[in-house]
Amino acid sequence: MRGGLRQRLGHARRIAAVLLSSQYAYMLEYRAEIVLWALSGVLPFIMLGLWSAVDAGGGLGMSSLQLARYFLSAFVVRQFTIVWVMYTFEEDNLNGRLSPYLLQPLPLVWRYVAAHLSEQATRLPFVAMLVGLFFLLYPAAFWWPSLPSVLLAVLATLAAFALRFLMQFTLTMVCFWSEKASALERLLYLPYLYLSGLVAPLALYPVGVRAFAFWTPFPYMVDVPARILAGETVPVLQSFAAMAAWAALLLPINLLLWRRGLSHYSAMGA
Amino acid sequence: MPGGRLRCGSGRGRAVDRVGLPAPIRMAPDRMAIVRAQGLGKTYRVADKQPGLAGTLRHFVNRRERLIAAVQDVSFSIEPGEFVGFLGANGAGKTTTLKMLTGLIHPTSGTVEVAGCQPQRREANFLGQITLVMGQKQQLIWDLPPLDSLRVNAAVYGIPPEESRRRIAELAEMLELGDELRRPVRKLSLGQRMKAELLAALLHRPAVLFLDEPTLGLDVNAQARVRSFLADYNRRFGATVLLTSHYMADITALCPRVLLIHEGRLFYDGSLETLTQRLAPCREVRLELHAPMGAEAFASYGEVEAIEGREVRLLIPRERLTEQVGRLLADLAVVDLSVSDPPIEDIIGRLFHQGALA
Repeated sequence: MRGGLRQRLGHARRIAAVLLSSQYAYMLEYRAEIVLWALSGVLPFIMLGLWSAVDAGGGLGMSSLQLARYFLSAFVVRQFTIVWVMYTFEEDNLNGRLSPYLLQPLPLVWRYVAAHLSEQATRLPFVAMLVGLFFLLYPAAFWWPSLPSVLLAVLATLAAFALRFLMQFTLTMVCFWSEKASALERLLYLPYLYLSGLVAPLALYPVGVRAFAFWTPFPYMVDVPARILAGETVPVLQSFAAMAAWAALLLPINLLLWRRGLSHYSAMGA
Repeated sequence: MPGGRLRCGSGRGRAVDRVGLPAPIRMAPDRMAIVRAQGLGKTYRVADKQPGLAGTLRHFVNRRERLIAAVQDVSFSIEPGEFVGFLGANGAGKTTTLKMLTGLIHPTSGTVEVAGCQPQRREANFLGQITLVMGQKQQLIWDLPPLDSLRVNAAVYGIPPEESRRRIAELAEMLELGDELRRPVRKLSLGQRMKAELLAALLHRPAVLFLDEPTLGLDVNAQARVRSFLADYNRRFGATVLLTSHYMADITALCPRVLLIHEGRLFYDGSLETLTQRLAPCREVRLELHAPMGAEAFASYGEVEAIEGREVRLLIPRERLTEQVGRLLADLAVVDLSVSDPPIEDIIGRLFHQGALA
């Protein structure tokens, strides 16, 4: 029994290692494109400029340093929580690339997870360079986060990525019924943008809006991990519990839609 | 040996083959069937839209759909190690049937069993025993060398690294692949890519191969190499193969048995030889004459197929062949004469064109 489990774990470890290394090699082929993607994620810096110009710190209870650190952290968190599974899945579905993968004894989702993690690894050096540049331009904002807050921030960012991935992958199941399901993701991007803390720290929102935001999954995808990284006080347990609750809600929906979707699959283009 | 692997379930139904015209359907023995389809059907719901702006607006307001029966009541069984050709015109239902046999799509009616499993359940044990190769569709990672994709496949199918290296070497030798495995897929020619695809699809040594147009778009040499590889693979590993192809050379070289499907219905299941004999009661006689002659001069010998200068092609009923060839040689100034079967694609093309056999 234990031998069987060890064998299964060994098999899973080998698949993970091979998938990650091959996807990393694939992503490196597209490094220039990934650099451009990373550059296109500088929205938090633009928002920092805007909020600094209107002196948000004084009026809304955040110092300019806090604001700078928050947006830098939001930029970093955003870089490692970008999810594009719906677009790839949609394309694979339309081009018939899904079929060969569906015929292999490996749940399809792991290929996409490996692709995302490899893409994050590819953009890591470039993100580090941008952070360095930020401190060069704004040395007053420099800070050393404590080791526990870094570890906690990494954990929160991973959880945020997992939640964002699960949410988008659940929506992705619509691809089994619709050829242009990615329109849904574009629609969902609006609440994500406003309620995740990308355009402003949620602390600056009116109390009612903030309370509403925390009933959605979005603040846990940027605001919470970013504030942890910036060294602010965050209700950690409560936040992780909320993420777990959202995942527990989405996972069965995802599995149900996956099963229904497979029975509806028409193997287009293949 | 693929055929000796563990199978899902134990149920063994009896396949009932459909009888069509004009050839009797072969009653395939199914006691040992590794592929069994019974009353298989697939109906698609498709949008029914008229062309033009008015049609577009009408379709937007009142979307209408209709049902298309892509496959209807198809039954057959295949024994382990058989090499079966699956023939039919475009849209006849070949690929839909293959997709149902592999579990990619679920049948609307009927049952399927492959290697003792129900394909649509997609159990790991089933997936480990089959493969589907679709011409022009690829599982190899486009920007990386095939070896990277092969490493992934080896891990996914749980093939130990040493064993996977041995298998890659063995299959690469059979496919005449060498350095190509280290070049990015996008840099390979179509033929090299197809061979690498085959290698990737067969690395786990599947017991049942579903091949959908594996030689599509390849040049004549590459087609011949793929054909010889498939024959060799079938012989060496005892794998069962169901092959669709538009190239009759693939079918005649590889498939002693063929299934013919037309408008979603199976109307012939039997040997290729019987099919050609039944569907081609005539043989083709090619003459090279000393001097050109008019068509009326050949009316008493057989049906004139074509006359090009001094070359004439005649169709003569098999039972009168010896007598008529003797008369031709005696009556006319013949420089050269040869007898052959009409090309199988002509026979089947005529068959589908007539449509009277369904």
